[in-house]
Order: sequence, then C-alpha cells, then structure tokens
Amino acid sequence: MRHDIEVRLNGEWRSLEVLPREVLLDVLRARLGVKSPKVGCERGDCGACTVLLDGASVRSCLVLAVEADGHEVTTVEGIEHDGLTAVQQELIEQSSFQCGFCAPGIVVAAAELVTRTPHPTAEEVREAISGNLCRCTGYEAIVDAVVTATRDPIRAGEGT
Amino acid sequence: MNELHHVGSRAPRIDGRDKVTGAAQFVDDIEFGPDLLHAAVVESPHAHARIIEIDTSAAEAMPGVVKVVTGRDFPFTFGLYMKDRYVFAQDRVRFVGEQVAAVVARDPAVARRAARAVDVSYETLPAVLDPEDALESDATLLHPGLGEYPHVPWFFPHGGTNVAHWRKTRKGDADAGFAEADVVLEDTYRVPRYAHCAIEPHVVVAKQDQAGRLTVWSASQSPYIQRDLFAQALAPLGLSHHDIRVITPYVGGGFGGKAGVTMEIIGAALATAVKGHPVKLRWTREQEFYNTYQRQGLVARVKVGARSDGTITALEHELHWDAGAYVEYGANVVNAAGLSATGPYRIPNVSIDSLCIYTNLPPGGPYRGFGYSEFHFGLESHMTRLALELGIDPVEFRRINAIGEGDTLPYGAEMNPSGLIEAIDRAAAAVGWGTTEVPDDPHKRIGKGFALFWKAPAMPPNASSASFLKFNEDGSINITVSGMEIGQGYLTAMAQIAGEVLAVPPSRIRVETPDTDRNPYEWQTVASHITWSCGNAVHGAAVEARERIIETVHAARGYEEGTLYLEDEMVKCETDPDFGLPLRDFVISGLEMEDGTWRGGPIVGSGSFMPDFASAQSDPETSQGGHPNVHYTVGAAGVELEIDIETGKMRVLRAALAVDVGKAINPTTVEGQIVGGMLQGLATVLYEDMRFDDGGRLLNPNFTDYKIPTSLDTPVQVIPIIVEVPQPDGPFGARGVGEHTMIPAAPMLANAVADATGLRITSMPVTAEKVAMALLEPV
Repeated sequence: MRHDIEVRLNGEWRSLEVLPREVLLDVLRARLGVKSPKVGCERGDCGACTVLLDGASVRSCLVLAVEADGHEVTTVEGIEHDGLTAVQQELIEQSSFQCGFCAPGIVVAAAELVTRTPHPTAEEVREAISGNLCRCTGYEAIVDAVVTATRDPIRAGEGT
Repeated sequence: MNELHHVGSRAPRIDGRDKVTGAAQFVDDIEFGPDLLHAAVVESPHAHARIIEIDTSAAEAMPGVVKVVTGRDFPFTFGLYMKDRYVFAQDRVRFVGEQVAAVVARDPAVARRAARAVDVSYETLPAVLDPEDALESDATLLHPGLGEYPHVPWFFPHGGTNVAHWRKTRKGDADAGFAEADVVLEDTYRVPRYAHCAIEPHVVVAKQDQAGRLTVWSASQSPYIQRDLFAQALAPLGLSHHDIRVITPYVGGGFGGKAGVTMEIIGAALATAVKGHPVKLRWTREQEFYNTYQRQGLVARVKVGARSDGTITALEHELHWDAGAYVEYGANVVNAAGLSATGPYRIPNVSIDSLCIYTNLPPGGPYRGFGYSEFHFGLESHMTRLALELGIDPVEFRRINAIGEGDTLPYGAEMNPSGLIEAIDRAAAAVGWGTTEVPDDPHKRIGKGFALFWKAPAMPPNASSASFLKFNEDGSINITVSGMEIGQGYLTAMAQIAGEVLAVPPSRIRVETPDTDRNPYEWQTVASHITWSCGNAVHGAAVEARERIIETVHAARGYEEGTLYLEDEMVKCETDPDFGLPLRDFVISGLEMEDGTWRGGPIVGSGSFMPDFASAQSDPETSQGGHPNVHYTVGAAGVELEIDIETGKMRVLRAALAVDVGKAINPTTVEGQIVGGMLQGLATVLYEDMRFDDGGRLLNPNFTDYKIPTSLDTPVQVIPIIVEVPQPDGPFGARGVGEHTMIPAAPMLANAVADATGLRITSMPVTAEKVAMALLEPV
C-alpha cells in the first residue's frame, strides 16, 4: 500500500514513502519539515497552503502526495534565489501583511503571476491572489506592493 | 528636542521579513518530536440535552488510542468574567458542537475515528434559540445554577431566568426629554451572529512533564489570562501559576476570537491526563466557526427624540443580546454596550437596558468592535432617519450633536479630548458629501451613506501592562512584553516608542512574543488598548534605561546629567559639541576610568502601567458614579455606493474613514487598520450571513458557504484619514484604533442603500439578494 515517491522540493530531490491517502500539505509540513504552507481550511477555500507544482500554483491540501511524485514543488522558501525577490522586498517596505498567516501562500501566488506576467496590472494581481483569503489587510497594500515591485521601468513614465 | 524621529514615521514593520519569507513561526509550526499525541473531541449533536450515559469502551479498545476522558475526569468550570463554562460538559449540553469528551491518540486520524466511537446517550431538552423566546416567563432555563456562578462585581445576573447580566444606564430623565422633542422616532433593528474567520485556526499544544510542570503553546491573544484561567480551573489538580507556563508565538489573526480561553482549556486538561507527553488539539475550520466564540446577535429597540433645530433631547436603547450557551466573556460585551449605546453624541437624557440572554447557540464573545459594531447598526441608521425627518442634512445633524471634550458621558464621567468634528468634516469631504452622482446606466443608482462611531476599551479598571528592555553588545535592543502581535503592528509600534526615547531605529529593536516565564505581565491583547497601555509600559522601560545611560556617562565622564541627551544611537552633550559616545561602546561593557576600573554595566529598564483613575463601582440602577472606561476613540465614515436595481448587486465606489488616534505611532499600520477593518465591516453587511437550522446547528461553517471577501471584493477606493488630537495619558498622545475601523461600515452602507433607493433595511446583512427582493416588493 505504501508508495515510494521522489519530489524535487525547492530544488532538492527528496525521497520518502507515503500512504495513498496522505495529502501533500501534511507531507510537506510533518514529513519534509517545510512549515510555510499553512493549514487553514483543509478544503481548498483559503489558499494558505498554496505551493507551486511544476511552477503552477496549487492548494497543497487538495493534492495527494503521490501526485507530486517526480514533480517539482516550490514553497516560499524556494522562490528566493539571491536573497529576497523584488516583490518580497516591496511587501516588507510597504508593511503589506498584518498577521502574516496568509503571506507564504500569497507570495507564492504572486511569484507564479510575475513569472507569467512580468509587469502585472493591479487587476491582474487581484485576480492572481483571489484564491488566497486574507482577513487582516483588505488586500490593497498587498496589491500595491506587487504592482510597485514589478512596474516596467520603461513604461512606468507613461502611467498605468 | 521635541522633534520626533521614530514615532510617527512609516518605519517598515519589524516582523515584515519574518512574514514574507515564511520564517514566522505559528503554534502549529513548532516541532514536538515523535512523542507528540493528537486529540479529538466528542461533540454534542444537540442544542440542549441532558447527558444520560457516556460509553467510552469502544474508543478505548481502538489501537493507537492512548486515553479517553469525559466530564467526569474534569468536573471544572472556567471563565473570564463569570465562571459558567465547562472544560467538558457535565450533566447537560447547551449547544451543537459542545465538547462532551476527548480522545488522545498517536495519530490525528485515529483520534478522530475513536471520537466517533464514543457512545453518548442523551435526553433532549427544549432548545431556546431566540433571545426573545428566552425572556418568556415559561422559557426553559439554560443555567439553573446561574445565581451561584462566581462573577465580577459589575455583573448583575438574574438567577432563575435566562438573563445572565443586565446593565442599566440612566442619565437625566428620558420621559421628560421625549416630551421636549419635536420629533420622536422609534424602530427595532436586528443584527445576526458573525464569525471572526482568522485564517489560522485555534491550536494548542500542552505538555505536563514528569516533574509536574505544565507548558502550553497556544494561538492566543491572551497568554497571561490563559495562564490565570488554567490555574483557576485546574487548581483542584494541584496546579498554580507557578506550575504553568504559556508560550504564544506569532498568531494568525485574532479579531477577538483568540482572546480569553476557549478550546485551549481542553488541551491544558488533556496534558494532565497523559503526563509526560505533548498533546496537540487543532480545531478544524468547522469547529473554528462553532466552538470558539461567535459575535453575538442583537435585537435593538432604539427611540430618539430631537427638537426641530436638530438637538437630540433623549435616547432610549433596549439591547437584547443573543449571547449563546456560555457568557463568561460575552457578558462583558453586553456590559460595554450598555454603558455606551448613545454613540458619540451629547444626549442629556438617556435610558439604556442591555440584557445578556442565554440561548442554545454557540457561546458569544469578543469580536472586533465588542458590541459597538452591533448597536451602531441600528443607532446610526436611526440618526440618519431622524435627521431626514427633521429636514436636516444627516452630516449636519451629526455635527450638531457630536460629543466634545468635557461633555458628560452616559455614566456621568467627562468625555476625553476628541477630534470628532474634524473627522466628520474630512470624511464627508472625502466622499463628496452633498453632491449627487448620476450613473450612465439606467439600471444603476448611486447613494451615499454616513455614520459616526466611538468605542472605549472594555476592561477591568486595573487591567495593566509591563515591559522589560535590555541592550545588546552592538547597541541593539530586545524588549519583552506580553501583548500579542495579531497583525495590528504592535511589535513595530513598541519598537518605535522605545526607539524614540533611546534614539535607536526600530529596525535595530527586537520585540519578543510572549512566554509567561520570561516576558512580564500583560492583561491581554484586546480592547484596542495595547498601544496605549503597553505603549506606556514600554515608554517607562525606555525612560528607565535612558536614566541608567545618562547616570553611567555622568559617573564615568563627569558631564552634568542635565546636559546629556541621546541622538543617533549616541550620547551627546549640550555643552560639548565634540562629545559623542556610541551606545554600543558601553551599554554592556560599561566605561573604563583612567585607573582601569569600570563604571556602568548592562543597561536594562522596566516599566509598568495601570490606569489609576478607572473604577467599575457605580449604582447598578443607573451606572452613575464610576469611571469604567479609560477613554473613547471616535471617528466618522462615509461611503459612495452603486446599486444595480435589477440584481441588487452593490459596488462600493468610495469609502472614507477618519479616526482620531491621538497620535499615529506608525501611520502605515494605522492605515492598515483602517483599510482592513473597513473591509471586515463591509463584509458583515454585504456578504457574511450565518445560518442555523431549527435545531440550532450551524449550516455554513466553512468558507464555501460563509463568504468572506477575496481580493476581488474590495471597494474601488478606500480613503484612510488620520486625525490626531492627543490623548493626554497616552504614549506620545496615542489612543487605540484597531477595532473601531469596522464599526461604521454596516450603518453607513444601509444609509447609502436608503439614499439610493429609498429602501430602509433594518436587519443585517444587507446582501444583494435582500436588496433585490425588497425592491421587487410592491410598496
């Protein structure tokens, strides 16, 4: 009944044995020691457990661990390369988050957006993080920070 | 010297990096190793029933089950203001979902399975689901023992009824006031229950070690209250404060829901049953909705009289609170509203009755706004209606009656300094009050709404705060306090206050999350009092450290103490411009004298704060004579709303909120409170709607069916406005702001709906469905 799986977690291949019923979120947190994806609702509503699966955001509470076998999983720890990303720096600068429980999921969702759309509009940012519930901020400071951090330097002068 | 460098700056949050990198550790993230046990509770399926028998044998026989406990193992009550809540249900259950027993197992899935195998037989009792029904003379009593429950002296329970507390406030002569009025308007408003919806569910891990020490890691706003209530409830097991340690790391949102003690008492009790092992209890999202606290429901009858010149002459406000099965905390919500349900108005004749009524629904309790959001819905709807009936502009009507410094409060004390008029004017201007917008689309209407708000911290008169501060070798600072960073920016505000006094930038100050073994006392992080109260304690600690610094430099270098001051992380001297001694050079090591001896030593400071003017003693029939509230924070808000009259769908085009914070320690985080609180308030009126079936079971305990706003549901524009009329006893003039920002949202929206459509909706929420259906009805 147990399955051997291999997951490329934040750039490093990790091997482990899982039961078919184990969900990726629990495996990441309890078995692989990555705590940034959070348990908020366990039914895909809140987005606090958002991770990237081969670069696409998924709710890790709705993914079975066996489905991640042979795939790449990226959490907020894995999106930094040389220090913080520009989006992370701006989120800090603007004090965008409050309690911060939703932050890892939102940072991951924003990272996916910026990979596909390097200079997103505010509306595109809202759409991209609309699956991540935040009860504290009213979202505006988060949206502003992502837009500011990714503003196209050439087109910035034209206004948006 | 009076120029501020750090207080009032938009310093980035000192916890920002922790949060955007995933480094921030919450309770559920702490590793407890392979010995960690998991708990699940057995819940009541009935709103009201007598427990006949509990058979735990099947659960106990399941492999992996370590322990099964019931109310028989823990026959203890607990509660913050009144001891009416049970660790586990005893002879009866009083709401659907109440904990009856618990299973501890090696694996969480086994614990859940075993909990389902516990067989409880019940004899159902009539359930009381409506507060008005609960007041009937033949109503079933929820708490026959009400008369014997210990409670704070400012509660007045009516034993033998379902009224757990009745706060009466009487000022002047209401009947005479109504006789003087040219217009008297009376109506009843209804506010349902709401859920906090912090994204982090409640979670507790507790361990009683072999030596008897009980340590509890808890997602809480209230580490010291938790220790105190654990110590009180578990005293029969031989535990006291000395034996209990509560550790509270970052918490993923509170909004009042993690104040006091709810499910954490189960974890603490279970730890004593499985001594030597850590045990974790994490609420599911469903449990989060029905077994922590809910915001209480309210039926409010409001009667206000005014003269034709717009002067309010009298107010009568009868508040019937659907307080739920246990009111150990919620009764104080009722109390707070009963003292302040005039709103921020100068009213000479007042009669308020605020009744805390038991119902067989989940326990009511603290929720951002603490009763004020609830009564403001009716009151501020009513004020707009009364103004229009008098033919006076609703904003002008509020300006006429706005309470000012020195005016007499409902309970007789004097109103604190306030910038209410400035707030009114600026909020009105920001939404273009007085101008009418006509949409291009003939199916749309645009309306404007306005509301004032006020709120005071509701707390015991001796609620207090304390702080320790120490320097490090590099001149950086660590501060320990026991307030909670629940998102509001408290840690940063404390760093800014200390940084201001000690000339150290906030980025070089760590403010540590609580551990009751190490961090000094704090009552709890509620009531929007923490910047004010703990800010004063931190200010005191910083001043003490500054005195040590000055003494040291005086002793070692001979400068007169009065000429020394701190600037840019250095000690400087007014009489010697060449002197500049970096703090890092001596705050640990001290200063060397010519003979090789040393002066000074590690610089530390401590501070504590307790208001010495507050008093809860007053006449129970009138509430006159005491000083229960330390101060009120006031403000005003306006909204411009677009309504599709065919679908009822509403879009908030502009929302402005002006609040007098005394002094914004950090304007960015204050604006964060305004924007976030505004959306939380708008959600209660536009989207959220808690539904129970006729057996008292919550039908929508999840985010699929209980809708909180996403990033696509925000107003087009939110305009935060900071007013600063200093609070004389606040740190740098600051007073609280956290809760206030959601209070005006619901009435201002209802007022805008009425402005746009003529439709007056007197019950929350004001959803698109309700608006559309009302517009369809023939008038």
